Amino acid sequence: MRIPCPYCGPRDSSEFAYLGDAAPRRPADGDAAAMATYVYLRDNPAGPMEELWYHAYGCRAWLVVRRDTRDHAVTGARLAAGREASA
Amino acid sequence: MSSHRLGTGGLVDRQTPIGFSFDGRPLTGLAGDTLASALVANGIRLVGRSFKYHRPRGIVSAGPEEPNALVEKGRGAYREPNTRATTVELYPGLDVASQNRWPSLRFDVQAIGQLASPLLAAGFYYKTFMWPAALWERLYEPAIRRAAGLGSLSGAPDPDFYEKAYAFCDLLVIGAGPAGLAAALTAGRAGARVILLEQDFALGGRLLAERCEIDGMPGAVWAREVEAELATLANVRILSRTAAFGLYDGEVGAVERLTDHLAVTPACMPRQRLWTLVAAQTVLAAGAVERPIVFGGNDRPGIMLASAMRSYIQRFAALPGRSVAVFTATDDGWRTAEAFARAGAPVAAVIDSRRDIVASVRALAGDVPVFLGARVLDAIGGQSLSAIEVIGDHGRRRIAVDGLAVSGGFNPDLAMTTHLGHKPRWSETSLAFLPDALPAHLVVAGAAAGRFTLAEALADGARLGAAAAGMAGKPAAAPPAWRASDETFAVGPLFHVEGGRGKAFVDLQNDVTDKDVAQSVHEGFVSVEHLKRYTTLGMATDQGRTSNVNGLAILARLTGRTIPETGSTRARPPHGPVAIGAFAGLHTGPHFKPTRLTAGHGWAEEQGAVFVETGQWLRAQWFPRPGETDWLESVTREVQAVRSGVGICDVSTLGKIALAGPDVGVFLDRVYCNTFSTLPVGKARYGLMLREDGFVMDDGTTARFGAEDYLLSTTTVNAGKVMQHLAFCHQVLWPELDVQMVSVTEQWAQFAVAGPQSRALLQQVFGSAVDLSDAAFPYLACGAFPLGPTMARLFRISFSGERAYEIAVPAGYGDALVRALMAGGRDLGVTPYGTEALAVMRIEKGHVAGAELNGQTVARDLGLGRMMSTKKDYIGRLMAERAALNDPDRPTLVGLKPTVPGVRLRAGAHFLPIGAAASAENDQGYMTSTAFSPSLGHWIGLGLLARGPERIGEQIRAYDPIRGGDAVVEVVNPVFIDPEGNRVHG
Repeated sequence: MRIPCPYCGPRDSSEFAYLGDAAPRRPADGDAAAMATYVYLRDNPAGPMEELWYHAYGCRAWLVVRRDTRDHAVTGARLAAGREASA
Repeated sequence: MSSHRLGTGGLVDRQTPIGFSFDGRPLTGLAGDTLASALVANGIRLVGRSFKYHRPRGIVSAGPEEPNALVEKGRGAYREPNTRATTVELYPGLDVASQNRWPSLRFDVQAIGQLASPLLAAGFYYKTFMWPAALWERLYEPAIRRAAGLGSLSGAPDPDFYEKAYAFCDLLVIGAGPAGLAAALTAGRAGARVILLEQDFALGGRLLAERCEIDGMPGAVWAREVEAELATLANVRILSRTAAFGLYDGEVGAVERLTDHLAVTPACMPRQRLWTLVAAQTVLAAGAVERPIVFGGNDRPGIMLASAMRSYIQRFAALPGRSVAVFTATDDGWRTAEAFARAGAPVAAVIDSRRDIVASVRALAGDVPVFLGARVLDAIGGQSLSAIEVIGDHGRRRIAVDGLAVSGGFNPDLAMTTHLGHKPRWSETSLAFLPDALPAHLVVAGAAAGRFTLAEALADGARLGAAAAGMAGKPAAAPPAWRASDETFAVGPLFHVEGGRGKAFVDLQNDVTDKDVAQSVHEGFVSVEHLKRYTTLGMATDQGRTSNVNGLAILARLTGRTIPETGSTRARPPHGPVAIGAFAGLHTGPHFKPTRLTAGHGWAEEQGAVFVETGQWLRAQWFPRPGETDWLESVTREVQAVRSGVGICDVSTLGKIALAGPDVGVFLDRVYCNTFSTLPVGKARYGLMLREDGFVMDDGTTARFGAEDYLLSTTTVNAGKVMQHLAFCHQVLWPELDVQMVSVTEQWAQFAVAGPQSRALLQQVFGSAVDLSDAAFPYLACGAFPLGPTMARLFRISFSGERAYEIAVPAGYGDALVRALMAGGRDLGVTPYGTEALAVMRIEKGHVAGAELNGQTVARDLGLGRMMSTKKDYIGRLMAERAALNDPDRPTLVGLKPTVPGVRLRAGAHFLPIGAAASAENDQGYMTSTAFSPSLGHWIGLGLLARGPERIGEQIRAYDPIRGGDAVVEVVNPVFIDPEGNRVHG
């Protein structure tokens, strides 16, 4: 599986560390229940999903990678740092 | 000349004889032979014994689909079992032995297992030896394993080495038959980057074995010319002896055999190379495998696939029999009759289950007896075929033969298209599975796509090669239009002839018969995947290339379904055997993972250090002196030297992350539970980092060298994890913060200088220009000072509890620094110390380390609850506030000492109330770290004990049944030495 890193170009997935679903946002208002949801609850969709990957053996950028969980087809990746602006 | 070698023709070199041995018997073959063709040329029929029944078996095929002719190749540690004779290239001195027979191939004692064969039918493992259970492990299983099996391993470590390689291309072509060569040449001429894989040592595929013409030249000559042209193209790479074994997400795995065919292995040459190939487009041109027909005694040596017989005659000039019959349901079988006639050994008969044969095909047999609408019911013979029984319009007739060519149809080699879960579809016209849904960027050409004639293969290759080149931005001029000789393709449905007396094998490799399939159905295993697992049909080295479809057809008929309704099993990689060593590559033994050495490693080696692996790092564990016989003796001396004088320890392995920018203080406040925005320039502070779920992640000190210049340290093992975490916090959570960070772990060499004389040593090294007085450089100060040609960073921090410093220089100066420190401290009796002494001193001081920072502890458990700021938000704050994590019953850090001096404490011992039973409900925690304290003269420990801090002075039981430990210990303050903290200033 290859991930198109915006900095480094298409690279082998073994260079990356996987975190998981990119959708949850860290709650900023100190709500314990919302934080528990953020820390523990994840969806497990079959289909396209946006995920956080870290280019550990490359540029060390965190990426939002769009991957289909059914066939591992990767259809895009962008820097996590700019995700609010581009979303 | 060998007994069955033809005088003319073929692609073997009669001028280059090659000596080899089979079961110790010296034989001669020719250059260009495989082991199988050399055996055929020597008239050798019997090459192995079968898996379960030890039946005599011969060569069936001429390629990687071979189910029977598995041999042990090589001797001693080099022995490789289950090697297919059909893929072994002949070389001088090749030494092979047959398998699964004792005492000899001709006389195999266990062949009498055939008498007990009813016991060995499908599912015998599950039924026959059920009771008494105790006998299973001791008697039944060992006996079955001895009797049933393939070759045996050497039992010695693999003496060869392997390597891995990666390559990228516009077009990957799998298979160098006519379709593959056409695709590679078309795309290669257009300038596309092409990689062409061929599992054989020669390119050409069936062109090497068939009588055919392309553009007026023989197929084999055309293949040679194409190969020569491809070799001149710099954008084309040909990998022969390379078998693709799997399609993975976006890449193809292949194994290249580099030395398996060489008599003498060149030094430094790996045996095999594992390729990861990344291609924009892949053309699968793997051809098709002929399938046999299931009938009584169809495993007799001498019965061979019809196309394999043509390979032996026309490619290898070896005659597989002198009086052979052809049993076919395809036009192709008739070509074998023609090949025998041309070789001067006309076949005894052609038996075709079909009645309508086109005249041009019928003419291939000449005037030999032909039986249309007929079948072979039984094959008769012992260690070699002697006759066949034919049933048809004429009734039954016995024909004496010494060989039988069988052609039941063709199975396109589609495994690579199904590895990602795509299913082929059944074609009633081709009577074969053909590609249907395909993985992205993969197309199928020629016989693999069910386009079985030469003209179709060439046209497919040209079209798909041109398309791939076009996609790569290299449009092909005009796809070549090669003229191929005419051929027909027709096949009739014939999978199974019922009513024979002999055993009728569906899967030769696993000894699965038609009766086993029927039994599977009878017992309810009617799913094709269940059939496979219940009977083992389709498993092992051949992956069912010759057996799967016949098994499926029989299953379909028995269950009253069509073949599409029955479905096919899902193929998974690898498609063929791959040595485990090839997957490991060079990552074996000490090279399994990288070893990282500090700048002071060479110096430590000179000092005679004993090293320990810490993650990837090698660290000095202790430095034995002459006369010291025990690690504890050395470690005790080192601790005493530090506590009384001065010692030096290499701490370069701690993770170091440089942070810069105006928002570093805010950022550190959010990632540490304690406050850093108040840290002044020139100061260092201990920090505790939590995970978002509230548990402790890591600890370390952060020093501030300038307004926007910070250096954060991590534990050795968590360096990578903390870097990843900080990058996450910055890039994902708070990209608005103006912070830059970079790992500088390897850029700095760092040494702890610890002990009451540490300042004196450093003053000696820095000279009088640098003021290290307590007023100028107090506890927790940090600064940068000139040292020789560079600037050294100095931190006044202490892990040992003594007055101590850490000094860091750019890594290139690390070796010079430690020598300068040793020279500067000579008069002070400076002593190098290792990680053991470091650990003893931190336990004496009650500092937590990896055993306590174990991912299951919160700050409160470690006595560090007061570090958690209440004035700010930070990672982990909300989750750490959960009631259960603040329950005083949680095990909490305490010190432990034995009530009887001299008793050794061991980490891992569990705490029990005295007098309570050793049961889980009485468990109150466990010992995390222990050490012999030279300062106190007895063993001490740190542990996590329920309500620990309330229980200082109480006696409890430290129970360690695994190592026989059971001691009464007293709960004490975890700071054993200098609880007031005076020495760090003294």
